[in-house]
Amino acid sequence: MLEQIIFFLLLVAASGLFVWQIRKIRANIFVGRPRDMSGNAAERFKKTVLVAFGQQKMFKRLTPALLHLIVYVGFIVINVEVLEIVVDGLTGTHRFLRFLGPGYDVLMATNEILGALVILAVVAFWWRRNRTQPVRRLTGVELRAWPKLDANIILYVEVVLMAALFTMNTADLKLHQVSGETMPGTFPISSLLVGLFPSDAGTLHVLERVGWWAHIIGIFLFLNYLPSSKHFHIIITFPNVWFSRLVPQGQFSNVESITHEVKAMMDPSYVVPPPAVGPDGSALAPTSFGAKDVEDLPWTSLMNAYSCTECGRCTSVCPANLTGKLLSPRKIIMDTRDRVEEKYESPLIFRPNMYGAEAKHEPVTDLANATLLRGKVTPEELWACTTCNACVESCPVNINPLESIIEMRRFLVLEESAAPNSLNVMFSNIENNGAPWAFSPSDRFNWADDLFATEKQQAATVA
Amino acid sequence: MSPTTPAAGEKRQINVPVMADLAARNESPEILFWVGCAGAFDDRYKRVTRAFVRILEHVGTKYAVLGLEESCTGDPAKRAGNEFLFQMQAMQNITTLNGYGIKKIVTACPHCFNTIKNEYPALGGDYEVIHHSTYLQQLINEGKVGVTGGESFKGRRITFHDPCYLGRANNIYEAPRDVLAALDADLVEMKRSRANGLCCGAGGAQMWKEPEPGKKDINVERTQEALATLSGAAEALANLGGVETEKSAPSRHDLESSIIAVSCPFCMTMMSDGVKHEEQESRVQVFDIAELVASAEGINA
Repeated sequence: MLEQIIFFLLLVAASGLFVWQIRKIRANIFVGRPRDMSGNAAERFKKTVLVAFGQQKMFKRLTPALLHLIVYVGFIVINVEVLEIVVDGLTGTHRFLRFLGPGYDVLMATNEILGALVILAVVAFWWRRNRTQPVRRLTGVELRAWPKLDANIILYVEVVLMAALFTMNTADLKLHQVSGETMPGTFPISSLLVGLFPSDAGTLHVLERVGWWAHIIGIFLFLNYLPSSKHFHIIITFPNVWFSRLVPQGQFSNVESITHEVKAMMDPSYVVPPPAVGPDGSALAPTSFGAKDVEDLPWTSLMNAYSCTECGRCTSVCPANLTGKLLSPRKIIMDTRDRVEEKYESPLIFRPNMYGAEAKHEPVTDLANATLLRGKVTPEELWACTTCNACVESCPVNINPLESIIEMRRFLVLEESAAPNSLNVMFSNIENNGAPWAFSPSDRFNWADDLFATEKQQAATVA
Repeated sequence: MSPTTPAAGEKRQINVPVMADLAARNESPEILFWVGCAGAFDDRYKRVTRAFVRILEHVGTKYAVLGLEESCTGDPAKRAGNEFLFQMQAMQNITTLNGYGIKKIVTACPHCFNTIKNEYPALGGDYEVIHHSTYLQQLINEGKVGVTGGESFKGRRITFHDPCYLGRANNIYEAPRDVLAALDADLVEMKRSRANGLCCGAGGAQMWKEPEPGKKDINVERTQEALATLSGAAEALANLGGVETEKSAPSRHDLESSIIAVSCPFCMTMMSDGVKHEEQESRVQVFDIAELVASAEGINA
């Protein structure tokens, strides 16, 4: 009974703390500007099934896709056993799912095989990250200190959880064997391990309990570690993919407020809608053009930041990054999360990336006023982007780094007039000549002068 | 090796029909050919514009151009963050296009294509917009262009460089390849192709500025990949960054008379500059797919 009470209290505490943390993340996401993402439920559902549940975009790279699939399927299936643990913990039953009979055999056997595969996959993941020359996309200025440690903590925790599971099963199995009872379920891995365990019933019982408690407490702790970690993607990927942009990737967002201004300029009779008013009826401060800080980005971009697993697929396909420029789309997404957590609600563990000379950053002294633009993302990064959409295409969870880049470029150009000079020349060419080059508009049709074609006799027959 | 070998037949001067004249006669064209700034001003891409007009004339499409009334779509301004200038340009063009009641637009520039197709509707410009690669594909499929009677490309090595604003931006990958396939040439794919294609380095207004400091220019990186693909230099393709669509190593081949095919004016500039940088311009040429079709059809003059 005492165990049940302790378990109940832990369950309530872990869930409560998790809900409290989720509310903070939700609040952070909604400091972003409004954007209507409603409608198209059928298309969104299909995308979520394919991209989020089906991991469609992961399979561009086979090795990590298969490793990740093992951990993902392992997570889902082993969670069925967690359900059993929760019910057992609350009611004091032992392996209550045993009523499934042969189904329980299948479930336990699948669990154990997946558990072993998860350990192997995690070892492979660790090796890809920590060997002398790691996989290239798992390196970079944004992937040191906390992000690097975070990635390894996740791997270690996964091994610990699996070890606890096997301890529990093996001890339980041996306990049944020494007392001559039949253990419900089939345990292909634990049955190999029973030889390693002592034969004393008392010790086995303790080991079984230790494994059981370690597994569930580990899960409670991990659950509450997620909001501080890139591993939060296991939850937020689903809404993030659901709220993907459904328009062609080449279509950039339209700035409504500018449309009103331009329409009013071209047609004096055009009625510009009144500015937004606060709840008390007073006019709100006009919003800036583009984004200087996180609250200037659409809320979807902030949800993007919370969905990032820092896998670096975006950066590894970025033509600017590939050719040695400063731009790394992953850094912009990670900076966005760091900044929103610095300025608004922080998670339990908060170690924002600090950059130095290697990222061409001035030392930041005034953290509170170090906006996303310039405080974390430098104009040099932004101007290196070719808007080629390779990063958008590559992201397995449909993050759009390009949208944030364009929003910050808009701020640089429209609010600060801080475009590179050559681009200012291009702008004035468009304004004056209707073309980005300095050609006279009256020469625009010269290409048609002296244009000849060879008449084909058989043209009619070909047609 | 230039695809301008004239075929047997009469030379005929083309008077390109201008929309204002058609409107004055109360006529409307089947399609409006949106030339674009590069197509109108860039010496190299003017040849593409002229090749495409020859094709339009050859198949007897009723077309027109805006001529002096055309203005920049605003694409470079929008990608550079100058939304205000973009919308000014867009509204001006939409006023012109709507004034003529234009329904269908064909353009040889993926940037104009993307902007008019995807970004003009929010500002009141709704048109059916077709990129010239799709249009050429249709002409070939309908048998209106036989790609015969002119220069033969049989056996020549051609690799196609995907423009970002046609490919990833609008999911058009097969149309230009279908056009090239009709040439009966030896098509080879770069490892980074289709959705995994590497940008030429010109998009996002990079065309008008110096690149940021780095180890290499993007167009050089891409051209080296194209040249290694054409010559089958497998070792040069061993350590490419990014995701690879093509897994197999290409076979060894002489670079002589190979072609890098493009379907975007900026890719044309970047790839041509890249070929010059690699000092291969005497052996490898960069052509737009419209030039290749006009040449194979034997309608150049």
